[in-house]
Amino acid sequence: MPASLVQNESILAIDVGATMTRAVLFDVVEGQYRFVASGQAPSTAEAPFKDIGLGVREALTNLQNITGAALISTQDNSLIAPSQPDGSGVDAVVATLSAGPAVRTVVVGLLPDVSLQSARRLAESTYSRVVETLDLSDRRKRDRQMDSIVRSRPDLVLLAGGTDGGASRSMQKMLETIGLACYLMPEEKRPMVLYAGNQKMAADVKELLGNQVGRLQVSPNVRPSLEVEDLLPATHEMASLVMKLRERQIKGVDELSLWSGGNLLPTAYAHGRMIGFLSRMYQSTRGLLGVNVGASATSVAAGFNGDLTLGVYPQFGVGENLAGILQHTSMEDILRWLPLDISSNTLREYLFQKSIYPSAIAATRDEQAMAQAIARQALYLSVRLAQKNFPAGARGTRKDLLPALDLIIGGGGAISDGSSLGQSLLLMLDAIQPVGVQPVLLDQNNLLPMLGAAASRNHYLPVQVIESGAFIGLGTVISVIASASYGDPILRAKLTYADGTEARADVKFGGLEVLPLATGQTAKLNVQPLRRADAGLGPGKAGAIQVTGGALGVVIDARGRPLQLPQDPVRRRELMKRWSYAVGG
Amino acid sequence: MLAPVLHVIPLTTIVRERVLPMPGKVLMHVNQHVNPTDVVAETTYAREHVLLDVARTFGISAGEADKLIRVNEGDRLEKGALIAEKQGLFSNTIKAPRAGRVMICGSGQVLMEVGDARIELRAGLPGVVTQIIPDKGVVIRTAGALIQGVWGNGRIDNGLMVSLLEKPDDILAAGRLDVSLRGSVILAGQVRDLETLKAAADLPVRGLILSSMPSTLIEAAYKMRYPILVTEGFGAMPMNSAAFKLLTTNNKREATVNADHFDRYTGTRPEVIIPLPISNEPDEPSQYERFELGRQVRMRRPPNAGMLGTIAELPTGLSLLPSGLRAPAAEVKLENGEVSLVPLVNLEVVG
Repeated sequence: MPASLVQNESILAIDVGATMTRAVLFDVVEGQYRFVASGQAPSTAEAPFKDIGLGVREALTNLQNITGAALISTQDNSLIAPSQPDGSGVDAVVATLSAGPAVRTVVVGLLPDVSLQSARRLAESTYSRVVETLDLSDRRKRDRQMDSIVRSRPDLVLLAGGTDGGASRSMQKMLETIGLACYLMPEEKRPMVLYAGNQKMAADVKELLGNQVGRLQVSPNVRPSLEVEDLLPATHEMASLVMKLRERQIKGVDELSLWSGGNLLPTAYAHGRMIGFLSRMYQSTRGLLGVNVGASATSVAAGFNGDLTLGVYPQFGVGENLAGILQHTSMEDILRWLPLDISSNTLREYLFQKSIYPSAIAATRDEQAMAQAIARQALYLSVRLAQKNFPAGARGTRKDLLPALDLIIGGGGAISDGSSLGQSLLLMLDAIQPVGVQPVLLDQNNLLPMLGAAASRNHYLPVQVIESGAFIGLGTVISVIASASYGDPILRAKLTYADGTEARADVKFGGLEVLPLATGQTAKLNVQPLRRADAGLGPGKAGAIQVTGGALGVVIDARGRPLQLPQDPVRRRELMKRWSYAVGG
Repeated sequence: MLAPVLHVIPLTTIVRERVLPMPGKVLMHVNQHVNPTDVVAETTYAREHVLLDVARTFGISAGEADKLIRVNEGDRLEKGALIAEKQGLFSNTIKAPRAGRVMICGSGQVLMEVGDARIELRAGLPGVVTQIIPDKGVVIRTAGALIQGVWGNGRIDNGLMVSLLEKPDDILAAGRLDVSLRGSVILAGQVRDLETLKAAADLPVRGLILSSMPSTLIEAAYKMRYPILVTEGFGAMPMNSAAFKLLTTNNKREATVNADHFDRYTGTRPEVIIPLPISNEPDEPSQYERFELGRQVRMRRPPNAGMLGTIAELPTGLSLLPSGLRAPAAEVKLENGEVSLVPLVNLEVVG
C-alpha cells in the first residue's frame, strides 16, 4: 500500500549505472517531498571490484557526508533502516540498475510480421542484444535452429506467438526446439525464458520448458489477438526477469534487491514507467518524450495519452559498446556533428580507446567535442528507431519528422554532462529534432528513473519532487519548419513579458534565436511566419503562444526540419560554432 | 575514492584460476609444475546435432515410433548404424547420417550429437598447480614480474623476450624483423601497418608486445597465430615508462605473453609474466586501492594518456576541467615535472 505523506517517510533511491552509482535522498520538507541531496561514486560491477556493493557504499558515504546523517552502520557496514530517532537511516529504499553486459536475447515468434515483431519490440524494452530469431518462416532444419541457438549463448529467450486460444501446434514445435536447445547447454548457463504467447498453452510451456531453463516466467500474451498488441504486462515481467539474471551475473545485486524489498528495476524500465506516469498525470494530449543517453544504452520513452513506447538501445550506449556504434552508422555521420576539425582517424581511435575505459570522461575540449558528437549520433539513431514504434495516431504529419510533443526531458551522463546548459539543449535539439512548441527539461541528477522506481511505493513523491523544480527547465523551444534558403527571413517573433515589456526577433532560416525569459516566468509569444513557415501553429499561420521560461529562455530553432547540415566541412563547423554561441557557448 | 590498479610489478606472486567454459577433464594434479602452453584441462563438445524424427518419417504416432527405435541414450554410433526400423510390406529404416552419440530418445525422435570438437585449456603462465577445481580447471601460482596490458588477440605463447625497444615511442617496422628473431617474444613499441604483423608471422615469432597499434589492425591481429599484447591502446601511443623500464630490464629472459581478452566482468586481461627465482615468496598484488597523495598513477585518457605521475593534491569537491566538465580530480605531478589536473575516473594506480 502506498505510504502517505503523513507517514513522513524518507526514501533512499539508488541507481547503479555502468559507470556511476548514485544515491539520492528524498524526504518530506514542509509537507512536500523534496530531492534533498545526491552522492555518487564510480560503479563497481566490473573487475577488479566485481561487487556493486562497494560502489553503492561509496555513494552512500558521499551522500551522508553531504547530509550529515548516517546511512551506513559503522558497526557492520549495513544500511540503517528504518530511520532512527537520532536522524540516521532511511525508511525505505528503491533501486534501479543498468550495469551489466547487454542481455543476449533469442526472440521467438510464429508469424514474422506479427508475434515476432511484438517479441522484438518487447526485447527493445530492456538492455537486450538480439542474437538469434526464430519464426515459422525459418526454413532451417530444426537441428540447425537448435545449434544456432546454442551457439548464440543466450541469457534470455523471449517466446511469443499465437493469439489467445488460437494456434497451438506450431507453438508446440517451437517449444520443443527451444527446450532441446536449452537441454544442450550446460545447466548453469541455461537461459531464462519469458513466455508471452497464447495463454492457453501456458501449462504446456511449463511442462515442456520448466526443467530445461534457468528460470521460466509466463506473462500475458503480447498479441492477444491479431489486431491488438499489449506489451505492458510482459515488459513488467521481463524487467523482473532481467533483474533475476543480474542477480546471477553480478555480485551485490541480491543485496540491493533485498534493501529495496524486491523492487529493484532496470533503469530504463523505471525511466519509461515515469514517462508513462507523467503522460497520464499531465493528460498530455500530444506526447511526452524522455531520452537518456547513458553508458549502458540510449533509451527513448514516449508517452502518448498514457500509453508508453519504450526503446532501449544498448548498441547506442556510450560506454563499453562505444566502438560497436560503427556497425550501425558511418564515421561521416558522427563527424558531421563535430564543431572542431578532427580527423576520422582520430575519432576512430577515440571510439576504440574509450571502449577500453568506458568510465573515463573528457578532460580536453577535443575529447568533449568527440563525446558530444557521438552522443548526438547515438541519440539521433535511437529516436529514429523508437519513432517506428510510436502508436499509429502519433507518427506526425510527415514520415521524416517527429510528431509534435508537449514536453521533452533529457538525462543520462552524455546529455547532463554537457559543459553548459546550452550545450545540453543543443545536443537534444540536434539529435531529436523536435517540431512545434514544447518546453525542454534537463534531468541533471538523473532522477527520472529513481522517481519511476519510487512511484510504485509512493505516488505523491514523483509529482511533488518534479513540481519542486528538481529538473532544470532549459526553456521553451519553437522549432520552425520552412522551405527556404540559408539567411532568408522566415519568422517575426515578439515576446511580451508579464510587465508589458517586449523583445523582438527577426528570425532567419538556418539560425537559432534566443529570447530571454527567466525560469518560472511566462510570457506571450506572437509569431508571424513568412514564406509559409510553420512555427507550430500550421504552415503560414500566425498567432500567440503562451511560453514558459527557463535557463536559456525561449529558443527559436529556425534551422529547418529535418536538420540539413552543409556538406562543406568548414562551413558546417562555422555554423555549429555559431549555433553553440547562440545558446551560450 | 576506490582506484583500479594496473599491475606493473618487478616481483610479485601471481595466482591465476584457469577454467574450462564447460565441464571436462582436468589433466594436472596439485604441486605439478606447468609451462604456459601445457594443456591443463580439456573437454569435448558437439559442434552440431542431428534430430531424427522417426515418427514423422514413418508417418506414425510418437508412441508407436518409440517402439521402433533401436538405439539408447549414450550409444556411440558409426555412420550408417541402424536407428529405427519399420517392418512390414513396405519396410523402412532410419540410419545414422554421421558418426556420433545418441543424446536423447523419446517422443518419436532421436537427437544425436555429431562432429566432436576439443577444447584445450592452456596454463597461460609457468608455475605450480596449487588447486584442482573438479571438472573445470586449476589454480596456478608463480612468482615473477607482471606487466598488464589493455588489449590482446586471445593467444598465448612463451619464449625468449628480445627487446627492439630503445625509446618508449619507438615504431616497429617490418624491416627490423630478421631471421635472428625467429621463435622470440619481441618487445616493440608501436606497430602501424599490416606488413609488420605479417612479417612477424612469417618468421614466426612467439609473441609481440606493443605499446599501441591502429584500431584498423584489430581484425588482422586476431588472425595472427602468435600472441599480440598492447600495453596502452589504439592509435599512436608510447609505452608507459613503468612497463618500458620493467620490460627492457628483463631483456633476454623467458617471458610468457598471455594475450587474453580484456574482460571487464571476469577481470581477465592481457599480461606478460616473466618468471623469476625467489628465496621468499613476495606478496600478491592488491586488486584495488584508494587514491591518496603520493600514489603513482597512470593517465588513461588525453592529455598525457599513458604517462605516469604522482598524486600531488586531491582537491575536495568537483574541479573544473579544461573540457568544461566538473568532476572529482587530482593534481598529478607528471614525469616531465608538469602538474596536470586529471579527473579521478581517468586515473589508475600503478603497482
